[in-house]
Amino acid sequence: MTATTVTPIGGLTPDLDLRGLRRFTTAVSDTFAVMARNIIAYRRVPQLLVFSTIQPVVFVLLFRYVFGGAISVPGVPYVDYLMPGIFVQTVTFGALNTSIGLATDLNQGLIERFRSLPMARSAVLAGRTLADLVRNVFVVALMFAVGFAVGWRVHTGIIPLIGAVLLVLLFGYALSWIFATVGLVVGDPETAQAAAFPVMAPLVFASNAFVPVASMPDWLQPWAEHQPVSVVITAVRDLTIGGPTTFDVIAAVLWCVAILAVAAPIAVHRYRMAT
Amino acid sequence: MPDSAIKVEGLQKRFGDVVALDGIDFEVPPATVFGLLGPNGAGKTTAVRVLTTILRPDAGTATVLGLDVAEEADRVRARIGLAGQFAAVDGNLTGRENLRLIGRLTHLPRRLIEDRATQLLEQFDLIDAADRPARTYSGGMRRRLDLCAALVHRPPVLFLDEPTTGLDLYSRNQLWAVIEDLQAEGATILLTTQYLEEADRLADDLVVIDHGQVIASGSPVQLKSRLGGTVVEVGFADPGEARRAQGYLVNYAVRPPDVDGSEVRFEICDGARVIVDALRTLDGEGLAPATLAVREPSLDDVFLALTGRRVEPEEAPEDATRGAA
Repeated sequence: MTATTVTPIGGLTPDLDLRGLRRFTTAVSDTFAVMARNIIAYRRVPQLLVFSTIQPVVFVLLFRYVFGGAISVPGVPYVDYLMPGIFVQTVTFGALNTSIGLATDLNQGLIERFRSLPMARSAVLAGRTLADLVRNVFVVALMFAVGFAVGWRVHTGIIPLIGAVLLVLLFGYALSWIFATVGLVVGDPETAQAAAFPVMAPLVFASNAFVPVASMPDWLQPWAEHQPVSVVITAVRDLTIGGPTTFDVIAAVLWCVAILAVAAPIAVHRYRMAT
Repeated sequence: MPDSAIKVEGLQKRFGDVVALDGIDFEVPPATVFGLLGPNGAGKTTAVRVLTTILRPDAGTATVLGLDVAEEADRVRARIGLAGQFAAVDGNLTGRENLRLIGRLTHLPRRLIEDRATQLLEQFDLIDAADRPARTYSGGMRRRLDLCAALVHRPPVLFLDEPTTGLDLYSRNQLWAVIEDLQAEGATILLTTQYLEEADRLADDLVVIDHGQVIASGSPVQLKSRLGGTVVEVGFADPGEARRAQGYLVNYAVRPPDVDGSEVRFEICDGARVIVDALRTLDGEGLAPATLAVREPSLDDVFLALTGRRVEPEEAPEDATRGAA
């Protein structure tokens, strides 16, 4: 530690110009800086990505080859019924990464440092959730490959397929904002993980992801039919298997928008309060 | 530039029923080191969080370089650096990437970010580890990286929250040297510490806070003089000489000197100058001291006197040697 600095004290950081467009471009640039930082972490700790994809792959194998034979879905090969459920399940569990990431940042004092910097307030949450969106792109691509390998086929066309991918990613992004709040509230990664399961389980398992809702007890059916995971899965099935799609897709998009509209302001509010 | 780099008036902050800051006031002149001294839970970190715009105060005002921390937070943020108790660096990023991130978030030009990162990594002996993930760093290295992160944009005002807590002696001395260099370059530094020795060594002025209130303020010398003066012990060849010396030393001491065998013990309040004068007088009278010890009262003594409680220092104070002329 020798004192050889030459830059004069002060004056390096310009005052933020917060008028109109400049405010927006600053927020975008800060968001990208935070997003890039989170993506580096995923690249540097590939275990994170590998372990979070092992579970859905196991589910695919289990339901395709072990349980699948016992489940009959009228009019469609079970694998084609299963894979949309797997995609949505994957991004649902993946949203946990947003919780863990933010809880870790909070725990390590990084959030506190960010709050003392002249950066856009929105960038930490936006950068985090966008990095998790990028992560989902990779995970969903991988699950598509796994699906094709076990015999999954798209019966519609390229446009509906792209629509299905976008819907899955949009749903994952919306859920990220719910789990951003969870991460900020609990404040440490282990608790974030534990706290997420009770939220996840009824969404993922009491859904039409693996079996038709009609096979469930009467009291469970209304929930299993209309809760967001099921609604999104139904829309993805429509887009990949065929049939009337418009109503289901609109319902799924509305769920995503509603989740975002409620969860994002709550997360932002928690972020402002968190220390 | 405003007269004070940091000005705090009647600052209050509570968390539920807990009063963290109960109306504190202090002022830090530019290019000085200011110490916030107090035990754990005294409110030091809360004060730093308010001053660094992380928390909004409940009442009172705080300004940094004349800018209100609550009303002009963004302009304050562009001018401050914060290094906390916990090394707030991203373990998955390399040292260089950590600094690059801070550079981008403080909106420096790209080329300047690279220059600053390299410069700081060299300055803090991290250049060899610059491209390794920070999670592989030792505790001391992470702390240094954290400090680098606080310095990327050359903030004129720096907040260091217990910067040396948990550091080994070598790293601590390094950090002290860095703080002195930064001050010499014109930075204003506010540091919190539980270590009285640290405040004594670094701070031009300090406040002692306890239960969210300022219980004493002034320079380390002023605070120590409130408790009494520097203690000087002079040993002579025999008790006779000691008694003769006692007569001369009366003129320099704040209280009549004590004689214990062949040793004279007296207290002074103006430091080294008085000791030199006293010794010169003794020498002129043919009294040659055999031994000489000068002992400063420690800030620990001050805290004890102010609160009736003792602050646990990390290691024994070495005041016995300090100030020996």
